[in-house]
Amino acid sequence: MLSSGGESGSCSKDMAVELGDEPHVLVVDDSLIDRKLVERLLKNSSCKVTTAENALRAVEYLRLGNDTLEGTVSEVNMIITDYCMPGMTGYELLKKIKESSVLKEVPVIIMSSENIPTRISQCLEEGAKMFVLKPLKRSDVKQLKWHLMKCRN
Amino acid sequence: MEVGQMQRRLVDYTKSLFMEGFLDAQFLQLQQLQDESNPDFVVEVVSLFFDDSEKLLNDLTMALDQPNVDFKKVDAHVHQLKGSSSSIGAQRVKNACIAFRSFCEEHNIDATLRCLQQVKQEYYLVKNKLETMLRLEQQIVAAGGSIPMIELGFWRTINMKGGKE
Repeated sequence: MLSSGGESGSCSKDMAVELGDEPHVLVVDDSLIDRKLVERLLKNSSCKVTTAENALRAVEYLRLGNDTLEGTVSEVNMIITDYCMPGMTGYELLKKIKESSVLKEVPVIIMSSENIPTRISQCLEEGAKMFVLKPLKRSDVKQLKWHLMKCRN
Repeated sequence: MEVGQMQRRLVDYTKSLFMEGFLDAQFLQLQQLQDESNPDFVVEVVSLFFDDSEKLLNDLTMALDQPNVDFKKVDAHVHQLKGSSSSIGAQRVKNACIAFRSFCEEHNIDATLRCLQQVKQEYYLVKNKLETMLRLEQQIVAAGGSIPMIELGFWRTINMKGGKE
């Protein structure tokens, strides 16, 4: 039974997840076309989507590094980020996420247009759940959702 | 022209774009993302691609026109264009960008200028083709018809895989 506000925010959020709420995915990419594509792919797969046009915006949205604002639970269930972005790269964003006590359990997916083995292993070693070559396809989204479901249970 | 004839013309035209390599499997993915709740998805993405590409081609022209060419900047623009053309399935533009980048690496002015011309040519070609295709679709819809699907067998004969090699 969902308690209406008596419990802390984290409890009601977990309950909402169990009731089959749509997963909330944050998509970070400086390419408008790619943001639109990934958003459509995810929405067609019953995900709620928020987009950010660079890592800095993502950091602001996630309230990373600001302990007083971070809250107790993550509002996003997954973060998909492009690797090559001006300013902070996707790799640097990944590191920041892994340093956060609230967000480090959120699965992070890195996308890249370039198939560079050292880049891939670097990201996976830093804790990325998946590395996907762009452009994203429906089969990639299927794999993504599998990681999402795994992380929820 | 009646709807059936228009539909056949569209199917033949679309098939030719794939056979001639203007479009690849990624464009198919785009079409599959379009449905009743998002009926204009392809047009929207293609329009974004046109706007983005034209800006990038202008930036590239200016960058290569400098007395001291900043190849890092040129490469960054080409990288972007390669990405967006890859995302919509504009295969020949993408391939022209790949060649372009290798000459950027070599800091070869003459070759990169030739590449720019090549990319522009491929871009304007595919732009023209896509606009024609979308216009044919519009005419069919305006006449009350639906956009025909291309039979699965076609994709098998031209051996189009799901996208990335």
